[in-house]
Amino acid sequence: MVKEIESAGLPIVHMCTVVPISLTVGANRIVPTVAIPHPLGNPALSREDEKELRRKLVRQALKALETEVEGQTVFEQ
Amino acid sequence: MKKVVHYINQFYAGIGGEDKADHRPEMREGHVGPGMAFQQALKDEASIVATVICGDSYFNENMDSALEEVLGMIKSHNPDLVIVGPAFNAGRYGMACGAVAKGVTETLGIPVVGGLYPENPGADMYKRYGYFLETSNSAAGMRKAVAAMSNLALKLLRGEEIGSPQEEGYIPKGIRKNYFAKERGSKRAVDMLIAKIKGEPFTTEYPMPVFDRVDPAPAVKDITKAKIALVSSGGPVPKGNPDRIESSSATKYGKYSLEGINDFTPENGETAHGGYDPVYANEDLDRVLPVDVMREMVANGEIGSLHEYFYTTVGNGTSVANAKKFAAEIAKDLVAAGVDAVILTST
Repeated sequence: MVKEIESAGLPIVHMCTVVPISLTVGANRIVPTVAIPHPLGNPALSREDEKELRRKLVRQALKALETEVEGQTVFEQ
Repeated sequence: MKKVVHYINQFYAGIGGEDKADHRPEMREGHVGPGMAFQQALKDEASIVATVICGDSYFNENMDSALEEVLGMIKSHNPDLVIVGPAFNAGRYGMACGAVAKGVTETLGIPVVGGLYPENPGADMYKRYGYFLETSNSAAGMRKAVAAMSNLALKLLRGEEIGSPQEEGYIPKGIRKNYFAKERGSKRAVDMLIAKIKGEPFTTEYPMPVFDRVDPAPAVKDITKAKIALVSSGGPVPKGNPDRIESSSATKYGKYSLEGINDFTPENGETAHGGYDPVYANEDLDRVLPVDVMREMVANGEIGSLHEYFYTTVGNGTSVANAKKFAAEIAKDLVAAGVDAVILTST
């Protein structure tokens, strides 16, 4: 899906937990996330801390979208 | 008698489904679950001395440490061969089987036999580290998979020569093997050309590799003015799953309005995905589709705007062909709506 959308000329960032799969399928901008059943959250945290974690992950994704890349790039926190 | 260790996930071990996918590595004596059928097929030539079990999510979220633990368990039995799976089209299970195959090949140097559906992400990534028999996409193909995998395992244990992928039914490992052909190359080439001209079937001796890659799109110039859209393969849907998107092998995607949604709650959203424990997503769907923080970022000017619709499907055993088709339609819609960039979340 990532490739198909990117081939339409839209920059796309893939936020996922299993980065090797993302690399195999060919995403170019990748942001690693928390866990498979809750990529953008962590139920072990308080509501506020969890939202702050989500903010950080989305900001990382926005940074990835603003960054020119040559090939597959993983944007670690 | 030769010794075999079998690797399976928590589901096939009978421990549980997605709610137990965080099960840590465990070793049991003898065969477990599908291991019984393997033991019957291996007869008295080989014995499954132990079964190593790990939850699919645990393995994929802790790949390095989980692999080390699993390899230690396998090694403790000093086996002659390792069987992994079969994992059919289960993505995380296939990745785990592949990683175990790679680890065994590199550290123990003994043969590995597995079973995967060719679209399983584990196949492309790990096919060169074992003999992965090509299976159907679901456990309905278990009997056939066990027969084919056992057959190849016995050949390997007996030290017999292993034929080509076509002859044996395994996914090509990407290695070349020299052999003496009956006829010289020029004759074979002309025969092939004539067959092609006549419209008859022929098999190339040198399949071209498929490089299915897309160049990165240019970066967004100014994110504070950009219109961003959210897409997900994690199955986020409005409460009640109005279009009945399937929990696995999805045949459709959904396009849903975000109007009036500033924050997901158990009342307005849930997941349709059947491939992970849905408890956390159903409690707060922002954990899969971060609408709450995106709204906040629009309000404080960090991004220009949020596209008023989100697009969703279930990436659980869904065929590549369907995913491609959905995304082509979604992309068209996004371009028409003037979207500048996309965040796609996966579970």
